[in-house]
Amino acid sequence: MPLIEAAHHAFGDRMDVWAIGQDAEGNQRLVEQHKLTLPMLDDSALHTSFAYDIDTVPTVILANEHGEELERFVGFGKPDWQELYRRLIDVTRAPAPVVDWGDYPESRPGCGSKSVEPDIYARLAAEASDSPIRARRIEVGESDDVFEFMFEQGLTDGLPVVPPTPERVLRVLEGTKRDPQEVLGVVPPNLAPLTVEKAAINAVMAGCRPEYMPVVIAALEAILTDEFNMHGVLATTHFPTPVIIVNGPIRDRIGMNYRMNVLGQGNRANATIGRAVQLVVRNVGGGRPGEVDRAALGQPGKYTFCFAEFEERSNWEPLHVERGFKKEESTVTVFAGGAPTGFVDQLARDARTLANSYGKVLAAVSHPKHYNAGEIVVVVSPEHVDTIAKDGWSKAQFRAQIQEATKRPVRELVQDSELAEGIPPAAAEKLGLDTLVPKFRSDEMITLVVAGGEAGKFAAYLQGWVSGPMGSSMVTRKIED
Amino acid sequence: MTTILDPTDERVPVRRALTARPESISGTVALLDISKPRGDVLIARLEEQLRERLPGVTFKHYAKPTFTKPAPEDLRRKIAEECGFVIEALAD
Repeated sequence: MPLIEAAHHAFGDRMDVWAIGQDAEGNQRLVEQHKLTLPMLDDSALHTSFAYDIDTVPTVILANEHGEELERFVGFGKPDWQELYRRLIDVTRAPAPVVDWGDYPESRPGCGSKSVEPDIYARLAAEASDSPIRARRIEVGESDDVFEFMFEQGLTDGLPVVPPTPERVLRVLEGTKRDPQEVLGVVPPNLAPLTVEKAAINAVMAGCRPEYMPVVIAALEAILTDEFNMHGVLATTHFPTPVIIVNGPIRDRIGMNYRMNVLGQGNRANATIGRAVQLVVRNVGGGRPGEVDRAALGQPGKYTFCFAEFEERSNWEPLHVERGFKKEESTVTVFAGGAPTGFVDQLARDARTLANSYGKVLAAVSHPKHYNAGEIVVVVSPEHVDTIAKDGWSKAQFRAQIQEATKRPVRELVQDSELAEGIPPAAAEKLGLDTLVPKFRSDEMITLVVAGGEAGKFAAYLQGWVSGPMGSSMVTRKIED
Repeated sequence: MTTILDPTDERVPVRRALTARPESISGTVALLDISKPRGDVLIARLEEQLRERLPGVTFKHYAKPTFTKPAPEDLRRKIAEECGFVIEALAD
């Protein structure tokens, strides 16, 4: 400080010599301790430090009359100061400042600037004029609890959300290379354009880490396609919700669960990616239960429903390869699915009898007399995978046997006085009462996904909704950085 | 004070006045079936009843391609051009 003060005395009538401190109280102490007379400017808001990209204090900056930086040096260096003085004497023609250089060490390193502390830097970046953030800022008063405020504003799914502060949103935006203002699609029911920034805000609320953003974005792009028909999935009185299945290397990169309890709680990536997608539909699209979401019963998956495939655990092609992607690519597949329903076969020791079990169970999905069904997802656990693998059956073989086992004669499926549901009598006559019909429109309607813990001869199906162009179709999308 | 970013679409809905309701029904009435099962049965019965009560009125039938999606823009425009009234019906 004495060197700056000396510069002020020597050159202050020919140029501005300012000290800028990052702490108002500390500044005051310095003024008293060193009996400073030069202007000591307060930058406790750190905006100047951020604007000049200061990462070390002290930093000495020489600027011209337009405020343009000519040179800087950081920390304390006696030769730096001596050189600076020589330069200023040249320019100003003022006499040299009176300094006893023997009082000073040759050099001393500086400390980190407050403006580069991670949390503070993120806030400053968010506040800077070139910040990528465009969303409306909402000030929540001191006396308000921000968590309660977000409930009151109807912004949550019923569980607390992480407050989407500008610094958190900026951090999450760092997880994607996409422009924050790029529009990812139009969210029903309000047909609102969804920017990457709005996706990031809702991802923060859901609890996502930055590295989940590429998955969140791909999942959102997938549900906002005409094929997936998010409007219908939301508005129906039926059960569906977007089920997000992740494949490829990103599963491990972001630590997703595809093993024990795969459809349950406990993994941050699985839990928050699915939740982010739900919150976007709620907050950006305006899709709220009891309003355009007309579900009669709903299901817990409407909080979040996302998991990854255990690709390494079977010899089968993983889901994304079946759907035309490369094994080394990462993808999301979205499916309008119901809650998982578990079923058991602990005694089958070969692929055929196991497929027969699957067929008998799946024949009853929705209603035992509902046939000509569309898409369904079946999660196959490792122990069942082993049973199938013993016989070397492909997915296609296993699916075909499931279909075979669902077959029933039309006469058992026709509407009657005991069970009103089923095939109308006229249609049944046309089909022929003894004709055997399979449950699903085609084998390909049955999607098999491997996941789960090593122990337990179980599987789970996720029932579909109205399948195909009249309703919703499964959509797979590549995950890009 | 905490600053949070608005997670919604930030759009203020435009308030629109309802079109004035006429005293009587005349001209053409659209009967829009949303394509749910048995919607056609309900619409047919409605038309039968309305024809008795409104002998001078013409009825025109329209249907959404699927109940799972909003009515296409073209269909909405066609109904607005051709009819003064619309009855939308669903059934199951």
